[in-house]
Amino acid sequence: MMQRRLLLVVAAIALAGADACAKKKPPVARPTTPPPAAASSNPGSRPPSPPEPVREPEPIPAEPIASDPLSSTDIDSINRNSPFHPVFYAYDQAEIDAAGQQALNGNAELMKKYSTWIVTIEGHSDERGTAEYNLALGERRAVAARNYLVSLGIPAERLRTVTYGKEFPFEPGHDEGSWSKNRRAQFVVTSK
Amino acid sequence: MHMRLLTTAAVAACATLALSAQDPAQPPPPPRQPSAITVTISGAPGLPPKYAVPDFIALTSDPETVAAARVVGQVLWDDLNFEREFYLIPRDTYKTIPRAASVDEVPLDQWKQLGADGLVIGTVRRTAAGVAVQVRLIDVATGKTAMAKEYSGSLKSLGNPRLYAHTASDEIHEQQRSLRGVARTKLAFSSDRDGERIKGPVADRAISNIYISDYDGANQQRITVTRSLDIAPAWSPDVKSIAYTSYRTNFPDIIVQYIYEARAYTKPASGSSAKQNFLPAWSPDGSKLAFMSQRDGNPEIYVVNKDGSGLRRLTNHPENDVTPTWSPTGTQIAFTSNRTGTPQIWIMNADGSEARKITSESWCDRPTWSPSPFNEIAYASRTGPGFDIKIFDFQNRDTKVVTDGIGSNESPAFSPNGRHLAFTSTRTGKEQVFLIDRDGKNLRQITRSGMNRYPNWSQ
Repeated sequence: MMQRRLLLVVAAIALAGADACAKKKPPVARPTTPPPAAASSNPGSRPPSPPEPVREPEPIPAEPIASDPLSSTDIDSINRNSPFHPVFYAYDQAEIDAAGQQALNGNAELMKKYSTWIVTIEGHSDERGTAEYNLALGERRAVAARNYLVSLGIPAERLRTVTYGKEFPFEPGHDEGSWSKNRRAQFVVTSK
Repeated sequence: MHMRLLTTAAVAACATLALSAQDPAQPPPPPRQPSAITVTISGAPGLPPKYAVPDFIALTSDPETVAAARVVGQVLWDDLNFEREFYLIPRDTYKTIPRAASVDEVPLDQWKQLGADGLVIGTVRRTAAGVAVQVRLIDVATGKTAMAKEYSGSLKSLGNPRLYAHTASDEIHEQQRSLRGVARTKLAFSSDRDGERIKGPVADRAISNIYISDYDGANQQRITVTRSLDIAPAWSPDVKSIAYTSYRTNFPDIIVQYIYEARAYTKPASGSSAKQNFLPAWSPDGSKLAFMSQRDGNPEIYVVNKDGSGLRRLTNHPENDVTPTWSPTGTQIAFTSNRTGTPQIWIMNADGSEARKITSESWCDRPTWSPSPFNEIAYASRTGPGFDIKIFDFQNRDTKVVTDGIGSNESPAFSPNGRHLAFTSTRTGKEQVFLIDRDGKNLRQITRSGMNRYPNWSQ
């Protein structure tokens, strides 16, 4: 085992060396006459010809891999079209289900890619519970999402939590269709 | 707002009949006779005394005084009606009785014919210093004066004559029924009525600020002006400040604001983004605040002195502990916890020991401990799709429902005499603040504009 690894290393060095040798071979240099020193040949007698107009550079087509609109977008615009997936919860629950885990896995990837972003996780509830208890429930939801992201390797100091209880519903309706969207953890970039 | 009412002088002829009419600034002379000689007006056996409160008499003819005289009479009628100690004879039946020109020329026979046991008459007049309001309560059967008072205030007080009526009502309740009235108390609540919005991450969000009003909903006034969420106000027992939860620094923290003074607000719970604080509740002596915080990882109940010292954690459980309220003696705290699976009402000693559950329903929240002599906790309980206000009585361990199942009814707050509750209800659409008596009668809507939440009732 040990020997085999050693052998591989030796082979790698040999290959690298061969490559270096190939590069070392210099091209054959041919002596050429030096260009005339333009400034000293006709001092002061004639104004230098105006510089050639610079041609406009050909636009380089954007490479899809290199472009990153999010890096250059302001925080408000990022949040308006948030790249983060909200996490939704069951009634009076703060546990993260499979769909929630999937959303958080994606959010963790984003946070790893944009490693300077500080994200606030907002915990919200639907309108059915009482206003006071929902503040605690929203807190639990935000913390559950944060803990999951931390378990995926996101530093806790990049994650803040805040609960709004039922103060800021996402959908205004009064049925399960709206309630299920309002029981959520929402991710907001607060600094980048 | 800063109107001062002074009980300046008793009407001399009645001073011996109405002890409380003596100037409080002067110590009473040593009693030679029984000191508390009062006329108590009674009704027919088994019935509450019937009171009539006609418009007050404007003794000066300027329009402000005339308008104030009308307002004082109407508001005093409403105030006296509110406690249900008296039967208030409807005002539209007074038309046939000629208006008195002064408090000394009252057609008592006609009031007797109308069935009145007690008659409250009064005057409003401009004086060199401002305004003077005279109030006299007459026992119609005997013609004796049961109470005679004169209040005076600055000219500015004519702009809010309701306070004269509120003061007279409280004094009549005190003198005739030994009852602490609530006519001069105030409500606080949060409201988004001004339609101001802040930029939210996806859509703009409606903000709420703190508002106050008289107990009857008059004089609603915004007292915080932040572009954030200010919620869950709590009047300090001395009614000088309001503690509330504010998101103005992007995380919730407790602010104590001295609303009548040019004085910086304080943050006794010293919040930060890692130490967020919610739902303050004053201890009965005003020295401490109980509140909820997530500073140790999940929602727990804490207590801190008003000056920010002496922070102590009271609960220690992995589930949610929320919404503290103090017992009238300050020795116990009730709160909401879901440690048995659903939110229920719990009580514990004020040091956090001996926590025990007192409700077993589907969802209970926002306990509010009654003032003494009642020994009760009001709370919101899920009774269907929405909530109703219930009262748990420690004496006989029984629970009664106060509201009627219409809409969702939440966030109860007792009046300082324990006879009424403020709460929110969706019965008319958006959440609004309502009042109701402890027996479920006399529902009264206080707010109508925007969404109004988290009512609290001052001492």
